[in-house]
Amino acid sequence: MKKASTAKESKRQRKPGVSTLLGSYLLRHAQTLIYSLGQLLRTPFSLLMTTAVIGIALALPTGLQVVLKNAELLSGKIDSAAQISLFLKKGASEAQAKQLAERLEAMPEISKVHFINKQAALKEFKQNAGFAEAMQALKENPLPHVIVIQPSISHTGETTMQKLLGRLQNMLHVDVAQLDEEWIKRLYTIMDFIKRGVWLLGSMLGLAVLLVVGNTIRLAIQNRRDEIVIVKLIGGTDAFIRRPFLYTGFWYGLFGALIAFILISIALLLLNDPIERLAQLYYSDVLLSSLDFQTTLALFGSGIVLGLAGSWLAVSRHLRDIEPK
Amino acid sequence: MIHFSNASKRYESGQDALKNISFEIQQGEMAFVTGHSGAGKSTLLKLIALLERPSRGQVIVNGQNLARIKRRQIPYFRRNIGIIFQDHQLLFDRTVFDNVALPLIIAGHAHGDIGRRVRAALDKVGLLKKEKHYPITLSGGEQQRVGIARAVVHRPPLLLADEPTGNLDPALSWDIMQIFQEFAQVGVTVLVASHDLDLISRLKQRQLILKSGQLFEDNEAMATV
Repeated sequence: MKKASTAKESKRQRKPGVSTLLGSYLLRHAQTLIYSLGQLLRTPFSLLMTTAVIGIALALPTGLQVVLKNAELLSGKIDSAAQISLFLKKGASEAQAKQLAERLEAMPEISKVHFINKQAALKEFKQNAGFAEAMQALKENPLPHVIVIQPSISHTGETTMQKLLGRLQNMLHVDVAQLDEEWIKRLYTIMDFIKRGVWLLGSMLGLAVLLVVGNTIRLAIQNRRDEIVIVKLIGGTDAFIRRPFLYTGFWYGLFGALIAFILISIALLLLNDPIERLAQLYYSDVLLSSLDFQTTLALFGSGIVLGLAGSWLAVSRHLRDIEPK
Repeated sequence: MIHFSNASKRYESGQDALKNISFEIQQGEMAFVTGHSGAGKSTLLKLIALLERPSRGQVIVNGQNLARIKRRQIPYFRRNIGIIFQDHQLLFDRTVFDNVALPLIIAGHAHGDIGRRVRAALDKVGLLKKEKHYPITLSGGEQQRVGIARAVVHRPPLLLADEPTGNLDPALSWDIMQIFQEFAQVGVTVLVASHDLDLISRLKQRQLILKSGQLFEDNEAMATV
C-alpha cells in the first residue's frame, strides 16, 4: 500500500500531470488574451476608430432586426385577431342587433363577439377622425350597427373560414360579412421582403466587418514583422505566433459588438416614446424598447466570430510570407 | 554534434555559397568559422539552424538528419539551438527580462521556472541588475549580452553566433568570447562565425576557414581541448 503510493509520487515528480499541463496551457491562453488587450489599449484612438467602424456596421442590421421583431410582435397580435365584420342592414334596430350578437356568441365557431352601436360609432368617428363638421352636415347617421367577430382558432382554416363567412352572410339582418384578411397577407409579404433585406444587408455588412478586421490585423502583422522573425528564429510555432493576432481579432469583434449595443440602446431610448404610443394603439404591451437577450447574444456572437474569422484570414495569408533570412 | 558531408548550397540567383563542405564538430567543442565576407560563413550557420536547406549533401545536427525535418517540425528543432546575432535581434518594446524569457514562454515553461531561469541567465552575463531596463537604454555590449542570455536561457546543447562581436570594441569582444568558452567548458557546443582574426588567434580554438564557399583549412590542431 505504502509502496504503491510512493511509486505514484515519484512518477508525479518526473512528469507533470495532465491537469498541470492543461492548467499551464489555459494560463498561457489567458495571458495572451490579456496581453493582446494590453497591446490594443496602448493605442486607444486607433482602437476606437476601428471598433467604431465595426460597431456601426453591426448596429445597422441589428437595429433593423429589432424593428422586424417589433413588427412581428404587432402582426402576431393582429393575426390572432383575424376578424370578421358584420355590417347590419340599415333597418335593423339595436335590440335586434343585440339579439343577433347573443346568438352568434353561442356558436362554437366563434370565440368573441363585439357589438358596436351605430350611435357610439358615430360619436367616436366625430372625435377621432377630425372631420366632425362634415359629419354634422349629415341629416342622419350613415353608419350601420356593426358586430365584430373573432373566430375560434380551430376554425381559422381557409375553407372553414369561407364556409363560416357564407353562413354569416345569409343570416337575418346581415348586410355584408367581411373578412379582414387581405391586408394581413399584404403585411406578411412586406415583412418577408424586409426580412430578406435585413439578411442581405446583414451579410454585406458582415463581410465589411470581416474585411475591416482582416486589414487591421494585416497591418498589425506588418508592424510586428521583426518580432515575428525573432520568434520564429528561437523556435516559436505558427500557432504561437498566430495566437495574439487571433485574440486581437476577438477583441475587435467584442468591442465592435459593444459599440453596436450602445448605439442601438441609445437609438431605442430616443424612440421610446413613439414605440410606447404604437404599443398602446395596438393594445400591446410586449413591444421591445430595449435589445432582447436573443438579439444581444446574436450581436455579440457574430461580432466575435467575424473578428476571429477576419484575423484568421489575415494571419493565414500573411504569416507564412514572413520567414527569417 | 554537427556533421556536414559534402554539403553544398547554391542560391536561386545561381551563386554558389558553399561547395562540398565536410566536417564534424563534437559535443562540447568550440570552433570558429572564419573567412572574408561572402566566403559562406553565414550560409553555413543558416544550414545548421534550418534557415536554409542544402542544395546537395547532408547535414546532421544533434543526431537529426535535417533533410528529414519537415517545415512544421522546424520550431521544435530550433529550440535545441541558441542563436546569437550581430545585430542582437532584441524586442525593443519589452524589458530585458521579457526578452530573455521569450524562449521559455515559447516552450511553455511554468511561471516560477521562467523567473528562476531568466535570472540565472542574466547573472551569467552580468546583467542581473538590468532586468527591468529596456534594451534601448543599454550599451551595445550589454545588448549583445542580453542576446546571449536569451540564447542560453533554455540551456540548448548547441550555440551558434554570427559575428557576435562585430560592433564591439576589443575589450568587450574578449569578454563575450570568455562567456562562450565558459559554455563550451560545461558541455555546450559553440560555433562562432567571425572575421576578427586577431581575436580568434588569441583564443586558440579550432578554426574552419572558408574561402569562396570551400573549406580552405580545418585547423583542428589549434584546439587546446
